[in-house]
Amino acid sequence: MADQALAHDRRQASLSKFERHFATRDGALVRGLVIATGVSFFLLFIVLPLIAVFVEAFRRGAGVYFAAIMDADALSAMRLTLLAAAIAVPLNLVFGLAASWAIAKFEFRGKSLLLTLIDLPFSVSPVVAGLIYVLVFGAQGWFGTWLIDHDIKIIFAVPGIVLATIFVTFPFVARELIPLMQAQGRDEEEAAITLGASGLQTFWRVTLPNVKWALLYGVSLCNARAMGEFGAVSVVSGHIRGETNTMPLHVEILYNEYQFAAAFAVASLLAMLALVTLAIKTYIEWRASRQLSPETT
Amino acid sequence: MRAVALGFGPTAPANEPHGGPTTFISSAVLLGSSHDVLEIVSDQVLASDEEFFMSHTRITRRSALALGVSVGLAGLSIAASAADITLLNVSYDPTREFYQDYNAAFAKHWKTVGGDNVTIKQSHGGSGKQARAVIDGLEADVVTLALAGDVDQLHKNGGLIPADWSKRNADNSAPYTSTIVFLVRKGNPKGIKDWSDLAKDGVDVVTPNPKTSGGARWNYLAAWGYALKQDGGNDEKAKDLVTRIYKNTKVLDSGARGALTTFTERAIGDVLISWENEAYLAANELGADKFEIVTPSVSILAEPSVSIVDKVVDKRGTRKVAEEYLKYLYSDEGQDLAGKHHYRPRDAKAAEKYKAQFSDVKLFTIDDVFGGWAKATDIHFKEGGIFDQIYTSRS
Repeated sequence: MADQALAHDRRQASLSKFERHFATRDGALVRGLVIATGVSFFLLFIVLPLIAVFVEAFRRGAGVYFAAIMDADALSAMRLTLLAAAIAVPLNLVFGLAASWAIAKFEFRGKSLLLTLIDLPFSVSPVVAGLIYVLVFGAQGWFGTWLIDHDIKIIFAVPGIVLATIFVTFPFVARELIPLMQAQGRDEEEAAITLGASGLQTFWRVTLPNVKWALLYGVSLCNARAMGEFGAVSVVSGHIRGETNTMPLHVEILYNEYQFAAAFAVASLLAMLALVTLAIKTYIEWRASRQLSPETT
Repeated sequence: MRAVALGFGPTAPANEPHGGPTTFISSAVLLGSSHDVLEIVSDQVLASDEEFFMSHTRITRRSALALGVSVGLAGLSIAASAADITLLNVSYDPTREFYQDYNAAFAKHWKTVGGDNVTIKQSHGGSGKQARAVIDGLEADVVTLALAGDVDQLHKNGGLIPADWSKRNADNSAPYTSTIVFLVRKGNPKGIKDWSDLAKDGVDVVTPNPKTSGGARWNYLAAWGYALKQDGGNDEKAKDLVTRIYKNTKVLDSGARGALTTFTERAIGDVLISWENEAYLAANELGADKFEIVTPSVSILAEPSVSIVDKVVDKRGTRKVAEEYLKYLYSDEGQDLAGKHHYRPRDAKAAEKYKAQFSDVKLFTIDDVFGGWAKATDIHFKEGGIFDQIYTSRS
């Protein structure tokens, strides 16, 4: 009896004052309902479709699965997707870092305009994003004649796909960094400069280490979107098999050809990519929180 | 705060050379190799404090490796296309399977007559959309579209082909034909037999949007023509029938393949108005136990048209092989493959061979009933045309 009371006291003591307050203590029924709603929603809309992708992918056996992902068109789609991401992500990393550094640490004219512009790819429909490039670089577009005369292909070729990918993944790194950098302020940079550091030293040793986890997080999100983008890339792709099809476009084509197992096989690769991104993200968050907590320093 | 304390103690070198690394970074980024960038980052920070940044380096090394591999793979892909000639065939939705077979046959044929390796790339989508892409610069050597009206656009916009393109090959440059039939659910529960049944109350019709889909235009005109061919048929009665059919239409997909998926996979609708070959494909691929094909008493002779794209073949120097690619569609082998994929062959011999798979249906041509594509488009499908009138007034 006394033991039980002691255990109860200890449990109570382990909760914070906030958690013990009557305003946060709901009845068992309410708590159960809220949790059940959350969990079933999560299972129904996130877990079930994810499982379905893998079940459908392996429906006709592992042989069909591997045949689908080793198919020449599928491999070329993977290469193109990786290429687009390998170009778009580093560029957006450099841009995002530069933009958020300028925005968070300095005051200048047109700052809010720059912020709005960075968000533009989020608010513009991907289809419109694709059409913008068709209007500018297409044969009937502004630079169309000049490009044809010089035999430069942008739209319906790899450069167009890379451009569209860069456009839609533009804000990810910057959006991840700006709030953090603004919250951190520039006290540390000021201290560094007072102690005699040059601008670059300050950047490499103060600014960058402070945001490295957020930066990696932004990069992983940027990468996931770059590989998964459908709408904008679809408009500028031209859908030439084995040449300008990315993985998401290839999935659609296979599905439209009634090759459901193959479509889901390629889709499962994209799903795995999402899971890997998630794992990296979780790891990054874990590292970041460990670094912030005092006992690990 | 830590970083300041560790990195900028009194012993920290005050003026390291920094010009080097920065120039490095920009050139590495231009090359698309993030490997170098991340290595530089980690080397820089390592130099200042080994212990603190150990973890950081581990991660960057690992992700740098992953990125390096992806860049390497991407590089390989660019070097991998070794074929002597490539052609791009821009086509519409339901021809995927047919041209896959035909491309292999043609490559073999070209090797025997020309000696070169030819690889044919394919692109598929709604016919109108594909024409638009070619006009916008998709470098198609040949187009094989759903209707002459869409090929005409290549002449009207950008002058990619001459006005008399349809005279360059036999049969109005339509090497195979097709028609419009109905796909219904097994047992035909709504008892659909003919066009007039589509207008009945309680029948859900699936057909694509005539504004974007070539197939849908054939669907629309077939229904219109059917009404004209009935006793006492006139334009007013035809408009009434078509209006009632579109009243029964809940979903307008942008292309034939999308409409088919809506009907078969999403199980929407009682009847799909469809290309004949597409209906056979669905019945064969998705199980004859699920769907039935109903052929109406009268339908339209659909003539999918082909053309080389002069501006592109002259620039790429592929005119000869592109012309042969289209000509070979009329050969015994080409016609046989068309029949095999449920297109109606022009050639009498192939037509005879595949006669059994097509049901008898009275076919009228667009020239006879509507006076050609230009006129039909003008009256029915242009902005504010009859389709716009009936579709906006339907509710």
